[in-house]
Amino acid sequence: MSSELIHSLRKGNRLALSRVLSQVEDGTKASQAILEKLFRATGSAHKIGITGPPGSGKSTLVNGLARELRRREPQLKVAIIAVDPSSPFTGGAILGDRVRMLDLQGDNQIFIRSMASRGALGGLAEQTEGLSQVFDAAGYGFILIETVGAGQSEVDVVNLAHTTIVVDTPGMGDDIQSIKAGILEIADILVVNKADRPGADQSAAHLRNMVEMGYAADYSAGKHLLSGSLSASTGVVTPAGWIPPVLKTIASEFQGISELSDAVLAHAAYLRQSGQWHAKDEAAIRANIRRLVTAELIGEFRQTVPAELMEALVIKVQQRELAPNEAVRELLAYNRINSLKSSE
Amino acid sequence: MTERKIRVLIAKPGLDGHDRGAKVVARALRDDGMEVIYTGLRQTPEMIAEAALQEDVDAVGLSILSGAHNALVPKIVDNIRANGQTDVVIFLGGIIPEDDIPALLEKGVFKIYGPGTDTRQVCSDIRSAVKTKAQA
Repeated sequence: MSSELIHSLRKGNRLALSRVLSQVEDGTKASQAILEKLFRATGSAHKIGITGPPGSGKSTLVNGLARELRRREPQLKVAIIAVDPSSPFTGGAILGDRVRMLDLQGDNQIFIRSMASRGALGGLAEQTEGLSQVFDAAGYGFILIETVGAGQSEVDVVNLAHTTIVVDTPGMGDDIQSIKAGILEIADILVVNKADRPGADQSAAHLRNMVEMGYAADYSAGKHLLSGSLSASTGVVTPAGWIPPVLKTIASEFQGISELSDAVLAHAAYLRQSGQWHAKDEAAIRANIRRLVTAELIGEFRQTVPAELMEALVIKVQQRELAPNEAVRELLAYNRINSLKSSE
Repeated sequence: MTERKIRVLIAKPGLDGHDRGAKVVARALRDDGMEVIYTGLRQTPEMIAEAALQEDVDAVGLSILSGAHNALVPKIVDNIRANGQTDVVIFLGGIIPEDDIPALLEKGVFKIYGPGTDTRQVCSDIRSAVKTKAQA
């Protein structure tokens, strides 16, 4: 059944694509084999991450960006993976990002898939990477990945995307400074959305200052870049690398979307010319393998170590007969011995 | 592997702008542990079928208060089936006159819920309908 699905998916059947996405998202037994087959056909998509705090306008921005990218590169299909949080209590979720993407309806070269985070904490879901591989293998040239509303630590998207767009809004005041420091490290493009609100220029100026400070050393080679080019709509390439542009947008009115698309495409060109595309791909693969190993080890541990042993140790620790670390040593020792046995 | 999540699309076809009912049901399904894709107001039958396809949902819930159900619902059912999603459970809520109900059920609508429905009933109906389909 799965080889039939893969065949239809490759031929462009969207129901087959949708079903494969579900298999991968659910982590079914068939999905591993599917991903292994599909992986060989991946590697050509430009993966673009969009992150930022809740309500900053990520979905609306994705809506505009997808429409503009389709206009610029009509031969390329666009996939959107929109992640929203799952309830920690019921495991249910309301996935509402499509509400902001109504402009994309009617273009069958755009495929939007909503995803619940299902308990994952890094701003993406466990299988977001898997879904992006499926879209990549299905021939989608752009894959836009929208994270859950992010704070400071939801930075997993960097390990997945070639280009990371960080969206912010005006008027978040001084307390945003700390966030900005975290955000700046992962942004390839910074966007101040809802720029018709008061304080937009100030926010953009703040962000620009921070970027300039971070790259101060690079400017010694060409001080002229500081004043002029950073206000340009695309990023600035210095001998030391890409300097993120700070863009103002009003996504709901498609203002600034053209400039954002310029920056996205310029960043892709920069990555390709500088060899960074290859380096990012390598880093992403390394992060992915590490993640999969962790998941595999935890799965093995759960299968091997009985819940009773865990419970017994919890009681001992609570009675202060053991320290948590000693319990861990005992659990791992048990796992080592018995997982070997089961694999023999 | 944990139990598969049930995915439900909640959509409002047609031109009425009252989405409270749709939101209440969406929230109830969420609280029941399902993943609910909410598409917002003023959806055409084509848009709803397209969203159901892309999201590979198990069920589609439609909320109609405008009186246009006899025109809209059959089109939505046909569009969803034409996309190859023959086993998607389609349910309907809103103001639907008694006389119209038999024809809509005949058309393939699973259940029709009027005002005052206990949302727990909706959740358990959908759960069991999706389960039955999965086993079939």
